[in-house]
Amino acid sequence: MTPLLIIIPVVLLVGVLALFAFMWSLKAGQYEDMDGAAQRILDDTNDKAPPKS
Amino acid sequence: MTCCAPGIEAANELAEQGQSTIDNESLIAASIDLKDGKRQVELAVPAIHCAACMRSIETELSKLEMVENARVNLSTKRVKIIWQPASDSQPVELVSAINKAGYRSMLLEAEDETAQDKTFSQLVRALAVSGFAAMNIMLFSISIWSGADASTRDLFHWISALIAIPTVAFAGQTFFRSAFGAVRHGRMNMDVPITLAVILALGLSVFETLNSGEHAYFDASVTLLFFLLIGRTLDHMMRERARSAVRNLASLAPRGALQRLRDGSHAFIKLNQIEPNMQLDIAAGERIPVDGKIILGESEIDLSLVTGESVPEAVQKDSVLLAGATNISGPITMQVLKPAHESFLARMVSMMEAAEGSRAGYKRIADRAAEIYAPVVHLLALFTFLGWGFLSGDWHHATVTSIAVLIITCPCALALAVPIVHVVAAGRLFEEGMMMRDGAALERLAELDQIAFDKTGTLTQGKPRLVGAIFGDEALTIIGANLARFSQHPFSKALAKPYSNEATIKFSDIKEVAGQGVEARLDGDVWRLGRAAFCAADEKDASGSSRVYLSKNEKHVASFEFEDQMRSEVPTMVSRLHGADLPTMLLSGDRQAPVETVAKHLNIADYRWGLTPEDKLQALQELSDRGKRVLMIGDGINDAPALRAAHVSMAPSSAADVGRNAADFVLTRDQLDQVPFALSLAKRAASAVKQNFGLAIAYNMVAIPLAIAGFATPLTAAIAMSTSSILVTLNALRLRLHGKTRKFEVIPTPVAKAMPAE
Repeated sequence: MTPLLIIIPVVLLVGVLALFAFMWSLKAGQYEDMDGAAQRILDDTNDKAPPKS
Repeated sequence: MTCCAPGIEAANELAEQGQSTIDNESLIAASIDLKDGKRQVELAVPAIHCAACMRSIETELSKLEMVENARVNLSTKRVKIIWQPASDSQPVELVSAINKAGYRSMLLEAEDETAQDKTFSQLVRALAVSGFAAMNIMLFSISIWSGADASTRDLFHWISALIAIPTVAFAGQTFFRSAFGAVRHGRMNMDVPITLAVILALGLSVFETLNSGEHAYFDASVTLLFFLLIGRTLDHMMRERARSAVRNLASLAPRGALQRLRDGSHAFIKLNQIEPNMQLDIAAGERIPVDGKIILGESEIDLSLVTGESVPEAVQKDSVLLAGATNISGPITMQVLKPAHESFLARMVSMMEAAEGSRAGYKRIADRAAEIYAPVVHLLALFTFLGWGFLSGDWHHATVTSIAVLIITCPCALALAVPIVHVVAAGRLFEEGMMMRDGAALERLAELDQIAFDKTGTLTQGKPRLVGAIFGDEALTIIGANLARFSQHPFSKALAKPYSNEATIKFSDIKEVAGQGVEARLDGDVWRLGRAAFCAADEKDASGSSRVYLSKNEKHVASFEFEDQMRSEVPTMVSRLHGADLPTMLLSGDRQAPVETVAKHLNIADYRWGLTPEDKLQALQELSDRGKRVLMIGDGINDAPALRAAHVSMAPSSAADVGRNAADFVLTRDQLDQVPFALSLAKRAASAVKQNFGLAIAYNMVAIPLAIAGFATPLTAAIAMSTSSILVTLNALRLRLHGKTRKFEVIPTPVAKAMPAE
């Protein structure tokens, strides 16, 4: 029982962190231009972050 | 999307026709005020396709001092520009900067996108939360099924409950709201059984958990939500993609006009501020914004989108102009007769809204299924409850069993059956250059038994082509073609085009006489190209004639004949439709002769000419009264009411905005050869939907008796529900292959159709 009491909160915490990471990326507009992002990586001079809008 | 994404070619062609004339005023009108003095505008740039395009546009724009930020979105093919308006800079420089980078841009109507975005981000958020919860709860469930002892099981149930309750409350809102709305109006939809199953499963599980029961259905209720949200989100994405692609095509309808004030100066006014008796200046190439009459100037106007007339009409003082027509050759001043909301365009829109065709009574397959399914399931659950209660006297067991019936029959597969098929079919159509506005249109397309075409701009290209010189020799034709370069008239363009590679002849004293033709000097001779009277031709210049004349020193020396050329793929397409036993008809607003020629050539027996928009609408309503389900394909403003009244409708991308908005399908490649493909795909999709319903019902036939008998455990529910959903999805995915083998058959087609999959 004891290992369960440690492992379960840890597992849930990791899951919640992943969920928040996804929510953040969604809010930051990372899914707004998937095709563009795929192309921009090829452009060496294009290193600046996209603007917040 | 790849470099050769469908839609680009068509949109490019639109841009090449130079329809977009963006000026400072319309740019500002289309932009949003960002509160801190900055403005933001979105421009559609259909030709963007690679990293280099994005960079050159962004670099060119950032060079402008006023530009705060410029960002290209490759997925939507748009540029978003935030700039600081300053007195020494013109907003129109933004457009010229994009031009300098080598791209044409089109202005997008400023629209409130936040509402749309909100639905989508809500869906994605709900999807993420329910996905997270489903995975975690499923892990606990698996441990329980593997045989956890009683105290561990209770602990896991408690944790599952803590995850499941907020998840259902958050992620299920879409379904709850829709179900509540339906029940309140006394209707039934798929969301009603979904909502009941989810909430009851959760309630029962909480009850069991409180009483240290053995079975809890937390996993079932959350997984159910997760699967259904996947379907909803995909469906939403499909519609959003079609909507934004159609919006990108929007060529510029006049947003306003140049008003001529009393003192002779000009001011730009917005469309909705135009009032009768104002005077407006319309430059050559511009659209007529409202109905009015000419008070100054002569010109020719292109009515092909307004009436279907394929030959431009000469207009002079006192001629009446209809909103939506294009002014071709000379600048004119018009007096406004009607404000925008009473003009021709607005009348068409209101007719469109009032048009009630066979589609009004159409009910989506999913809703029809829900109307039968939901009562059956709820009655079954009720009988199970009463049956167990009275037979065994154990009311707790009766409740548990009847809720198990509801959970196991929950239309997970049923609710996925239709949207998944539509999403896959829409993706397939998109690859083939068609945009589908709505899944219901696909269902209706599968049912049709009659096709009606518009002529000008739909079957034909809507622009003239040189047939040849009917009088005069080749040398004169070359002179005529050279002279034609100085005119914007469609006939002149058509005459100049085949000779564009010839050496230029150096004319002098070139002048264009509005509404008449072009005059120029060459080696002391005066050459004229234009109407019969202008060129001293003795042929009667019948109105609607499709001829242009050439004269030398006021002596008629050559005549050129033009015709509105049929789209090259049309004969094959129509014969394929005839081969599929679909009767066709032609509804045109053009004159008898050209309509007859086209109809005879295509073997269309039923053709009508000279139709007003009302006539077209009436023709379609008569057909639908006779029980016919008509597919209408048309492009003009005058077709818009008919497009709306038809059972299902299509418009080529070159269509007028209002026509495109009225149509269920928009052909992005400006070709019609995909029409038979769309029909066969629609039929295939309809049978896939039926197969999916079959699968879902077969699953229920097995699962329901088990559930009623009381053998349904959370484990069987989870397995049965997931497998049926996956089966349904896989079956829908088979549609992706539809028509793909065609590549290997030897069918002579003018354009390569093999588009790479996304």
